[in-house]
Amino acid sequence: MTSLTAPNSLGIKSLLGAELLDRGQIDKIIKTAFAFKAASENASPDTVFKNSPLKGKTVALVFFEDSTRTRISFEVAAKRLGANTLIFSPSNSSTKKGETLFDTARTLEAMKPDVIVLRHPSAGTPYHFDQILKVPVVNAGDGFHEHPTQALLDLMTIQEFKGKVEGRNVLIIGDIAHSRVARSNIYALQTMGAKVRVCGPPTLLPPKVENLGVEVFWNLEEAVKGQDVVMLLRIQFERFAGAQAPSKSEYARFFGLNARTIGLCEKDALIMHPGPMNRGLELSTEVADGPQSVILSQVANGVMLRMAVLHLLVGGEVLGGKRG
Amino acid sequence: MANLWIRNGRVYDPGQNLDLVASDVLILDGKIAAVGKVEAPAGTPVMEAKGLLVCPGFIDLHVQLGEPGKTSKETIASGTAAAARGGFTTIACTADLEPVNDSAFVSYFIHQKVKEDGRTRVLPIGALTRGMKGEELAEMGSMWEAGVRAVSDSPHSVMNAYVFRKAMDYAKRFNLLVISHAEDANLRGKGVMNEGFHSAKFGLRGIPKAAEELMVARDILLCELTGARLHFAHITAAGSLDRIRSAKKRGLPVTAETTPHHLLLTDEVVGKYDTNTKVLPPLREAADVQALLVALDDGTIDSLSCDHRPQPVEDKQVEYDHAEFGISGLETALGLYMKLVTEKKITLRRVISAMTEAPARIMNIESGSLEVGRPGDVTLVDLNASWQVDKSEFLSRGKNTPFDGWKLPARVRSTVVGGKVAYSL
Repeated sequence: MTSLTAPNSLGIKSLLGAELLDRGQIDKIIKTAFAFKAASENASPDTVFKNSPLKGKTVALVFFEDSTRTRISFEVAAKRLGANTLIFSPSNSSTKKGETLFDTARTLEAMKPDVIVLRHPSAGTPYHFDQILKVPVVNAGDGFHEHPTQALLDLMTIQEFKGKVEGRNVLIIGDIAHSRVARSNIYALQTMGAKVRVCGPPTLLPPKVENLGVEVFWNLEEAVKGQDVVMLLRIQFERFAGAQAPSKSEYARFFGLNARTIGLCEKDALIMHPGPMNRGLELSTEVADGPQSVILSQVANGVMLRMAVLHLLVGGEVLGGKRG
Repeated sequence: MANLWIRNGRVYDPGQNLDLVASDVLILDGKIAAVGKVEAPAGTPVMEAKGLLVCPGFIDLHVQLGEPGKTSKETIASGTAAAARGGFTTIACTADLEPVNDSAFVSYFIHQKVKEDGRTRVLPIGALTRGMKGEELAEMGSMWEAGVRAVSDSPHSVMNAYVFRKAMDYAKRFNLLVISHAEDANLRGKGVMNEGFHSAKFGLRGIPKAAEELMVARDILLCELTGARLHFAHITAAGSLDRIRSAKKRGLPVTAETTPHHLLLTDEVVGKYDTNTKVLPPLREAADVQALLVALDDGTIDSLSCDHRPQPVEDKQVEYDHAEFGISGLETALGLYMKLVTEKKITLRRVISAMTEAPARIMNIESGSLEVGRPGDVTLVDLNASWQVDKSEFLSRGKNTPFDGWKLPARVRSTVVGGKVAYSL
């Protein structure tokens, strides 16, 4: 337990949001993730990384909202570092059970996890857990607010394919209003010196989003011009209840990425998607499977990035000297 | 009936343009008998007020008391004790009870319970529509017979303009004040904070100011149509103020109030996801706060109300999305207003006026003045007693305050209701 309360090399107890990270912290996380990636290419995964301080510890994966991908990504990351995982998936929010969120948090703490990875449908819940609990909390997505590990793995992927993030033009397309991925990416990309644009129907852009320092577009064909990276967001049509976009086909026509709109980006622009993607809606199949798509690299990097976050939060040293 | 001789204070009654140093207020048989340099009958109990401000008792038109039916939030005993600690001698309690106060039966019950447990006067506000459902008119006449002087569905708005119009028309027969909770429920949707830059940033659903402004505009039109007396509860948005200002210029019988938290906080404080900042209407932006201060100063905002909404811990220690709305406000109101006074954002005179004569005029009651013959309701304030808010000391059951730990420059020393001491520090 001692290493957990000791200051770690990131200087933060928990990873609550990309907004709260500075350049140095992001660099350390991504550098360490690349080191794990390099090492895992040379050896069998379950033997290599067990000298991490996470070895033998317990990582609680607390998912108040279904997200098989994110959960498995964290689970694999924890196991590759030699940790045990404890999966807790309350079917619904605590208030519906008559227990307060604070009770739930204390109940979890009584099970003595060493790190808590939390996904919750309400914004700010990781902040509450962080205040109540002594152990580090990793925000694995809170409502529409933040999903910092997703943004960091996206940055890692951009770095992998484009050498660096600084100075890149990045466009995020889709339901910005309801997207934690968009918010975290906006913060992290800007911190690392990228220029960020967002594009979507005005119904799906949050009010005054331009005050976050992004350029706002309603017209996709204008938005894609000169972009080095295009990030798509999953459209959850079932959430819209009719008033936010008239139909899937109309959305695909005006905001879906296809071969023609890709042609308007910079040559060799990266196409990214946090998954799961809706083929034919956010992007056409030819784009999803095309040479510019790095969607599967994002998934692979996700595990490495989450290993880095868990490793560093429990006091592991920054790995990888040169990369980045 | 109670007698009390309050001596050597600074007697301060904006309604009468009164500001007398080293003066007395004499209460005989529960009523104001004399003000100034007075001689009291032998044996009259004395309250020393040297160095204190002696004001008419404060009045708050928007308090949730929780009895009957919501006693986990507040009881009449705890709510009126909190009111007395805050310097209030009269509070109007909202109708959102269990059952809803939409009948003489519930109004009588409240009066009876106040007689047994109450420390201050309580004016029950009746529901405007049956069950606060916004569909049929509540029995306003019967409630009027039971002492009800104002009707409102707050914290719900009446979305059907036809029903609200008819309610306003009907209320005229009994000269009832209609209190509007101005908020378009559809525009509010599932919003939990002000819609703007900060809601975008914090990833929380927003409530646009237009939700308030739209209903303010509608209700002013209906006021023009019906001529009923209309009071806007807890106004928060700059755009609402322009509309109220122009309605007043046209001579419409419109009044408005705002709250301490809307004068002191902006939506930026939601960023730590402290559910004690979750309140309805939501905390707005700096420009709105500025506009509210101007409107309070120029009289567009007539009165100040806490919008006291006590909530038990279990309803606040949850996700921001799921937490109940509301702030327990009675015990910090004066201190917060005085913070604005010491920061020279508003005058003492305007604050005391908005807590005494203005709400009395709006509610059409006798309190709120130290004129001879009025009820012997007096509040003594120490303008030089700075203190730190500690929610664990609240007499209210609701400890839900975003002001815990704040240093405030002034506090209530004693509260006198009908010549009886209801609270003393």
